[in-house]
Amino acid sequence: MDHTELLFFTEVLVGGLLSGVMYSLVAIGFVLIYKTSGVLNFAQGSMVLFSALTFVSLVERAVPFWVALLATFALMVLLGLSIERLVLRPLVNKPPIILFMATLGLSYMIEGAAQLAWGTQVHALELGIEDLPLEIAGVFISKFDLFAAAIAAAMVTGLTLFFQYTRVGLAFRAVADDTFAAYAVGLRLPRIWATVWTAAGFVATVAGLLWGARLGVQFSLSLIVLKALPVLVLGGFDSILGAIVGGLIIGAAEKLAEVYLGPYVVGGIESWFAYVIALGFLLIRPSGLFGQKPVERA
Amino acid sequence: MSTESLAAPVAAPHKPARAALPLRKEPGAGPAALRLEDITLSFGGVVAVSNIDMSVEPGEIRAIIGPNGAGKSSLINVISGVYRPDRGRVWIGGRSYAQVPTQKLARLGVARTFQNLALFRGLSVFDNIVTARVFARRANFIEQMIGLGRARRERLDARERTERIMSFLDLTGIRHTLVGTLPYGLQKRVELARALVASPQILLLDEPMAGMTLPDKRDMSRFVRAARDEFGMTVILIEHDIGVVMGLSDRVTVLEHGRKIADGTPAEVKADQAVIDAYLGVVHEGDEEEPAASSGSGRRVSSNGGLR
Amino acid sequence: MSSSVLSSVPAAARLSLPVWVGPLITLGIAFGVIPFVGTSYLFDAILTPFLALSLAALGLNLLTGYAGQLSLGTAAFMAVGAFAAYNFNLRVEGLPFVISIGLAGLSAAVVGIFFGLPSLRLKGFYLAVSTLAAQFFVQWALTKFDWFSNHNPSGVIDAPPLVLFGITFGGAVGRYLFALTVVTAVTLLTLRLLNTQTGHNFIAVRDHELAARVIGVPVLRTKLLAFAISSFIVGVAGVLWAFAYLRTVEPHGFNLDRSFQILFIVIIGGLASIRGAFFGAALIVVFPLVLSRVGSFLLGSYFDSGVLDMSQRIVLGVLIIAFLILEPRGLVALWDRVVRGGKAR
Repeated sequence: MDHTELLFFTEVLVGGLLSGVMYSLVAIGFVLIYKTSGVLNFAQGSMVLFSALTFVSLVERAVPFWVALLATFALMVLLGLSIERLVLRPLVNKPPIILFMATLGLSYMIEGAAQLAWGTQVHALELGIEDLPLEIAGVFISKFDLFAAAIAAAMVTGLTLFFQYTRVGLAFRAVADDTFAAYAVGLRLPRIWATVWTAAGFVATVAGLLWGARLGVQFSLSLIVLKALPVLVLGGFDSILGAIVGGLIIGAAEKLAEVYLGPYVVGGIESWFAYVIALGFLLIRPSGLFGQKPVERA
Repeated sequence: MSTESLAAPVAAPHKPARAALPLRKEPGAGPAALRLEDITLSFGGVVAVSNIDMSVEPGEIRAIIGPNGAGKSSLINVISGVYRPDRGRVWIGGRSYAQVPTQKLARLGVARTFQNLALFRGLSVFDNIVTARVFARRANFIEQMIGLGRARRERLDARERTERIMSFLDLTGIRHTLVGTLPYGLQKRVELARALVASPQILLLDEPMAGMTLPDKRDMSRFVRAARDEFGMTVILIEHDIGVVMGLSDRVTVLEHGRKIADGTPAEVKADQAVIDAYLGVVHEGDEEEPAASSGSGRRVSSNGGLR
Repeated sequence: MSSSVLSSVPAAARLSLPVWVGPLITLGIAFGVIPFVGTSYLFDAILTPFLALSLAALGLNLLTGYAGQLSLGTAAFMAVGAFAAYNFNLRVEGLPFVISIGLAGLSAAVVGIFFGLPSLRLKGFYLAVSTLAAQFFVQWALTKFDWFSNHNPSGVIDAPPLVLFGITFGGAVGRYLFALTVVTAVTLLTLRLLNTQTGHNFIAVRDHELAARVIGVPVLRTKLLAFAISSFIVGVAGVLWAFAYLRTVEPHGFNLDRSFQILFIVIIGGLASIRGAFFGAALIVVFPLVLSRVGSFLLGSYFDSGVLDMSQRIVLGVLIIAFLILEPRGLVALWDRVVRGGKAR
């Protein structure tokens, strides 16, 4: 291909990678909870919606930015803790699929509650970042996407440091490796779960703000869970690294397919294309991106 | 493999036990029912069993004993094709396999039970047992829905065999009970029935008496022996309880750290110095089951002698 | 034959009447009484959608409850059934409608086998997520390729009249009777299926896959068969939904929310229970009506359709969680306890 085509390709690729970061952002919330409690938390999407809706509604009511941010975060932590306490604790030791169904119910509850409280209209969310294209070596990149990617990177680094170097973090990793052994050596599981749900609430807040700023805050925000699921299938439900790399792969593949394949298949393939990539990959390599053992376990 | 012998009607219940088979055939008197040839299996570098050779004569009751983590369950899992050994072959009847095809196991005339119960909890006792005739079914699902012709013959045959096995093992009274609600000992017995209904030539029992009360153990021993005597099948069982094993089996193979350290009649094995060392005075790091991860240096003398 | 599903009912239930008495009386009322006393509101707004949803839940229950394979794409197979029936009816001159229904079920079964292929390699969540692919792909295909809707610009097609064995089922009562007939037939076939070796294989694979393989259950074939039969039933349910209830065929109603709704019916009604599908569907159909009455009575004009919609979601979510925590065996278990009056357990 000639130079212009190459530039265009790069532009599409970079755009895809950056939107992949946004997918990873949501996927990480799943991984945190899955690793410690074996729950695929379908309600993660509705938590993203809830946080964005809360934040934007507070800001619209003239609450200062940082206060609104803190209040939203506090609310998300409270929500996470109550979910852990009221829904998951009574279901401990139930099959994972039952827990999953419970989080399905949960997502209905949260979506309903969020919109009952704040209304169903679409809100615009301004984070003060202008979405202007930025030219780097002839390739135009969205400034907002770069900003989002930077935030995501900072968050991942922060989480990694937290889980690598703090006591709770070490305990988290012990639980993730072997719940039974963690019990046996007397780790306080409920405290770890609480921490993890707090972290998941935090991730949901960040994702809610970034996605909300991009798409507008509305019901469909909770559907980004459907974007995160193929990322998780690809990267493995229990790998933060997998969530990041999986997000990048899916983001890039999706954009490239939309641009280069879309015209041949009447377009609109983004609703299912990510799933096909993830499944195709798993069929070729059953252990997933970073997994050692085949993904059989439920 | 011969499907004819499998399809032969099972012996009528409660007929007088036929004379016990000769305990030891002369070597070369006939093909072994089962032969293991240099079986070695490891998990990610940890050796579970190594260089196991073993030959079981038709009609024999063979016990495989050994301390926890000696590789007993690995061996059963190799024989039933759950694991593929790194090296060696498994001979069943006249054929050898690098990995026994698990889904064809029943058709090869091999049935097994599991160390931890592996019943179908959502089915009744009767349905659990009758389901194990699946290997003999040829009728497809449409034929089964219509229920005539061979589908009908197969269904009647399966039900009849199930009835016989149930009365043989005294299960008739609980035929409609969901297995999940039964006491442990009875569940074990249902699992035995599910294995027997396939009329196997080789019956693999993975710790059939683990966790049982003494009366349950006596019942189970009686049933295993009766099954052999009635149906002439070869029985290979893993057991922890050395007392049970000595009374029940014709020959005993002793494993330690994945190696075979002895093989002989119960009396011979009991007198074997290596067995006494491994079993009677010394216990190993108590890893639950395999792989035999513990190293030899981890030995320590135990007050309970490693026996239950 | 003395069917073993009937005979395997726990002893406590057999103390009283034979188990087929209840369903028989229910059927008698459904066929012999309700058509003469019901209003067209009852048929159009409650009973016909109830029947279609029950059948869809029955299909999903076969796959998820009995064979243990979670699917999140049920509505996609309903859509395949509805569109297949429409196209067979449209494109094959003089094809009896009952054949169209059968072919619609078969089409859904083929699509179901295709999307069931991942079940050969994947389990649990990985499989559940892969069934979402079916949901999105089918909806996309039906929307994007207007051949399926006969190049109809609005994408909303009127359904043809319902004719079964020369009898035209017109009007609200007719459509109800049509749905009732189809649902009864399919339910009886399903009961029969559960009594065959194939039905036992489903449960065996669900309860202990390794043990099932060891005794010779063809595990992979059994899983695909479960997907096929389940999708067949769900496809037929889709025909009822579009032809008997909505009387239009369009892809939008077969969305992810519909898939979840059917899963919720199965959870609330009771996993691995035929009756559960009907119990759950009854609750799901009736509770929004009750909620809207109660809501507008208590809150008056504040309780508009938006609020109703949201409170529905909340109540539904609470119901799911409550059932999972308090009665994982669903309405059926509750019902049995009430009927037995606390005699047994």
